[in-house]
Amino acid sequence: MNDLIKYAPDLLAGFLKNVQLSLVCAVFSMILGTVLVSMRVSPTPVLRAAGTGYVNIVRNTPLTLVLAFSALGLSDTLGVSFSDEPSTNSFWLVVLGLSLYTATFVCEALRAGINTVPMGQAEAARAIGLTFFQSLRMIILPQAFRAVIAPLGSVMIAMIKNTTVAIAAGYLAESAFVMKDTFDDTGVSIPIFVGIVVAFMLFTLPIGFFTGWLANRLAVAR
Amino acid sequence: MTENGDSTPLVVLEGVNKHFGSLHVLRDINLTISRGEVLVVIGPSGGGKSTLCRAINRLETIDGGTILFDGKPLPEEGKALAGLRSEVGMVFQSFNLFAHKTILENVTLGPTRVRGVPKAQAEQRGMELLERVGIGAQASKYPAQLSGGQQQRVAIARALAMDPKMILFDEPTSALDPEMVQEVLDVMIGLARDGMTMMVVTHEMGFARRAANRVVFMAEGQIVEENTPDEFFTNARTDRAKDFLSKILTH
Ligand SMILES: Nc1ncnc2c1ncn2[C@@H]1O[C@H](COP(=O)(O)OP(=O)(O)O)[C@@H](O)[C@H]1O
Ligand SMILES: [Mg+2]
Repeated sequence: MNDLIKYAPDLLAGFLKNVQLSLVCAVFSMILGTVLVSMRVSPTPVLRAAGTGYVNIVRNTPLTLVLAFSALGLSDTLGVSFSDEPSTNSFWLVVLGLSLYTATFVCEALRAGINTVPMGQAEAARAIGLTFFQSLRMIILPQAFRAVIAPLGSVMIAMIKNTTVAIAAGYLAESAFVMKDTFDDTGVSIPIFVGIVVAFMLFTLPIGFFTGWLANRLAVAR
Repeated sequence: MTENGDSTPLVVLEGVNKHFGSLHVLRDINLTISRGEVLVVIGPSGGGKSTLCRAINRLETIDGGTILFDGKPLPEEGKALAGLRSEVGMVFQSFNLFAHKTILENVTLGPTRVRGVPKAQAEQRGMELLERVGIGAQASKYPAQLSGGQQQRVAIARALAMDPKMILFDEPTSALDPEMVQEVLDVMIGLARDGMTMMVVTHEMGFARRAANRVVFMAEGQIVEENTPDEFFTNARTDRAKDFLSKILTH
């Protein structure tokens, strides 16, 4: 218990890194996931093939490899750099890798949502003169999102927990990293371990409840 | 009056063919629809009536022949195709209202997003149209809260909101409970009286006799008979049509 109190400031700072990563990745993965699903259902074969290929490759690659690629491949080999400050650079490399990865799950959740929207509505949209992308944006996706709020919540919860794999992308003082660092000093400390778990649960549990509630509230009556 | 004058036909189909795989669903269709005409298309299920309707606003592509709308071949894609579709209203058997939008939003979406009509103006016109089809009081409800007959009248108002040159109706009353059929037919009869060009796939003989100028009987992808409504229902020329009529009239 004393260890937990002693290292609390470091642990808290680490956890806040996870929160930061989560928020930024949530935004990017939602945007990219929406772009991907638009490609996957588009009438243009090239876009469809590109979207499908991307999702199948990235979704089936272990996250640690995606992040390692982001750090080693992009950063070290190709020289992509977001900042001269190593921890800032690492932060954005993690954001990049984790967003690219999570977007594939967002895409697949949304695609399931699109399947719940009756085909006839898309035809009616085209029949009044909306283009494919207008009908996607105004008719299909709004209903698809509402249909999969709960599954999207699960994708976000998984993403939040995945921020602890950031260690694969280099130096970033987030929870898992700080925990490991601390254990190097103190030996394994159950209170520290439990403290981190509780912190994550305080973050993710409300997301589960909130998205469940929102899904009911926004359900489209048919 | 249009630039072409009233005498040119609004729709001309010449030698139109369409396959679904090996299934030949439209066979050498030749058909002309004049401005202001109400054409009823009737025939057995699977005969290609829906496909014909959908080909006219290019929801379905064709593999042979030509379709002229307002004197011009149908555009193939992009903005021009969307533009054509905005001029051809379509009313579906299953209503297909946008489930997440209110009744009024269903009617104003096209004018505001496709035509760029200012919102207030589109809403005013939308309310007028909803009053006209008798749904004014439900404007702020969602589709699921309305009966089938009401939803179909909204779908008609949605089509009218685009000021279309023509409206296609694909079995607009087939999915309705019997007591709601007439309220929808009444709206359609009103449109016909006001001079709207209409192509209506329906088996409603009462509607055909009161509102149609011409009946086209379609079976196995072909136009088998064209006739006036009265002649068609009392004195069909072809055996195929007589046989079909004897089946639906016994119901
Ligand atoms: N998208 C499609 N793919 C394959 N076959 C189709 C498709 N749409 C219709 N068909 C077939 O084409 C034929 C004509 O259909 P349709 O035009 O819907 O006839 P109708 O409206 O007169 O009942 C039917 O045999 C139907 O099964
Ligand atoms: Mg049909």
